[in-house]
Formats: sequence, C-alpha cells, structure tokens
Amino acid sequence: MRDNPVFRLAAKILFAPIILFGLYVQFHGDFGPGGGFQAGVIIAAAFILHGLVFGLEQGRRLISARVNLLVMAIGVMIYGGVGVVSLFQGGLFLDYTALTGSVSSGQHIGIILVELGVGVTVTSVMLALFHAFAGFVEDHS
Amino acid sequence: MTSVMIDMFLLGLLVFIAVMILRTCKLFAVIVMSGGYSLTSAAIFVNLDAVDVAFTEAAVGAGISTVLFLAAMSFLPAEEKPENKSESTLSRPLIASVVCIAAGALLVFAALDLPAFGDPNAPAHIHVAPRYLEESGTLLHIPNVVTTVLASYRGFDTLGETIVVFTAGLGVLMLLSGATRTRRQEKAPAAVTRKAKKGAAK
Repeated sequence: MRDNPVFRLAAKILFAPIILFGLYVQFHGDFGPGGGFQAGVIIAAAFILHGLVFGLEQGRRLISARVNLLVMAIGVMIYGGVGVVSLFQGGLFLDYTALTGSVSSGQHIGIILVELGVGVTVTSVMLALFHAFAGFVEDHS
Repeated sequence: MTSVMIDMFLLGLLVFIAVMILRTCKLFAVIVMSGGYSLTSAAIFVNLDAVDVAFTEAAVGAGISTVLFLAAMSFLPAEEKPENKSESTLSRPLIASVVCIAAGALLVFAALDLPAFGDPNAPAHIHVAPRYLEESGTLLHIPNVVTTVLASYRGFDTLGETIVVFTAGLGVLMLLSGATRTRRQEKAPAAVTRKAKKGAAK
C-alpha cells in the first residue's frame, strides 16, 4: 500500500480536512450533533489512515506510544480537573456554574472543557488500540 | 407513511445482514458486514430523529471498530473453523432455537406493556425531560439538549464513561505488551524453564 501513489496522495490530501472536521464536531457539539466521543473517533481515524498508508513507524514518529499514553491520562485529568476547579470556586463537583459565577458562560466553558477531555482521551485510546493490534503483528512477523 | 416504509426496509436490511453474517465463514466478510449493520442502524436512528446516537453509531460502530477488527484479524486465520460434526449436532440447534423463540416471545410480551412510540405521557417524558428541554435553550443558552444532558446534567455519568474508555485502553495495552514479553521469553530456553516452574508453583 505504501508504494501506491494514489493512496499516498489521497492520504496526504485527506489528513488535514479529516482533523478539521473532527475539530468542528468537537466544538460544535453545543449547537448540533456531535461531541467529544464522535470527534475523538474522527480525529483518530485521520491518524489511523496516516498509519495505514505510510506505515506504523511513521505513525509512531508522529505520536510516540509514550506520549500517547500520557495524552490518554491528560484527557481524564482535564475532565476531573474541571470538577475540582468548580469545587475550589465554592460549587459542587462538576458544577460548571461555579466556574464563572454566571449560569450561561459557566455552563458553556464547563461543557467545552469537559468535551475536550473526552475527545482527547478517546482519540489517544483509539490510536493506542490500533497501534497495539497492528504493531503487534508487524513486530512479530 | 414513507417513514414507516423506510423503517421496514431498513429493518429488513438489518435482518438480511444478520443472516448473511451467520451464514458466512470468511472473517473479512463478517467484519465488513458488521460495519454495514452499524451503518444501517445509524440510518434507523436518523429516522427516529436521534441524530447524536446515529452519529456515534456511524463513527464508532461502522468506522473505527471495523478498522480495529481488521487490525485484530491479522492475528487470526481468514476463515472460521468448520463445526465439529462428531458431537450430537441434532440437539444443539433444537435447544438454541427453543431458547431463542422463548426469549423472543418474552421480549414481545414485555414490549406490549411499553407506551406507544412518541407518547407525550410516557414516564420517560414527564419525569426530568421537560426541565431539561425548557432550561437548556433559555437558561443555559445551549440549543443541543443532548449535549447539556450528557455533559452537564449527567456530567458524572460521562466522567465515568471517559474513565471506562481510558481503563479499557490501558487494559488492552497491558494485555498485548504482556503477550510480547512472554513471546520474547520463549525464545530464551532458561526463561521458559523459569516460567514453567512458576506455572507449576501456581
């Protein structure tokens, strides 16, 4: 697959638009269908396409397994962190209104941050799963 | 009327794909057809006005899980093992069909008690849903109620889901990296005996 110019060109052209669409789904979740879970999967799909066409080694150079593992945890930390910050602001755990004091802006900021945490975790978990399965075979054949 | 016809067509397609999956032995075909199954269910969800669920089903069910299954398939032979004919083959399908028909009949019987589809007086629509629908747009200024329920009203659930995704990813990584270590050990004969002793001690 790596030597086929059609695949290489298609992957190069599609890579950025897929990520852009993922970001749109991520941050447009308040107004339309979408959110962290779907966006995470879409962004992971862009990296998986890259890995399929250019080889796993190139994909690992883009995001190493170690960094990916850290990013997985960072997503959960963002989500939990929003809850802890709202605790320190005098509200309840995950009470976004306490973040700024007003219902409208607090909920907006809270939901966007929380969805970001979900998206980050889902992206890196999907990528880690793909690299674990595909890399396992490549390393042992 | 057209909506009902589309629903019937999609449901028929679902049953057709399910039967095709059961009848084939080629794992590649099974994986691709389960992707098609997910896409068809996504179309049904769109028809039910559940766009967010449809989006998730299309992205996760039809998209990424197909790719992950294909990646996992490289561990496996291309075809399913043929069934072992020596065992009592007659009684097994009989028992299976009796269990299936009994469970299906129970489900249909239970479904008769459910409120009609879209019934405004259904318990699910009169408990907390009206508050979500009223507040989300006017008080929170977030038009997509699904997002407010998911991230705000049910924020704890979604935190749990994120942790589940995280833990599942960690689990798979640990399993697969553990498998690589044992394989490497098998290459060294000393390590094998050590492992065998450990196994005997257990």
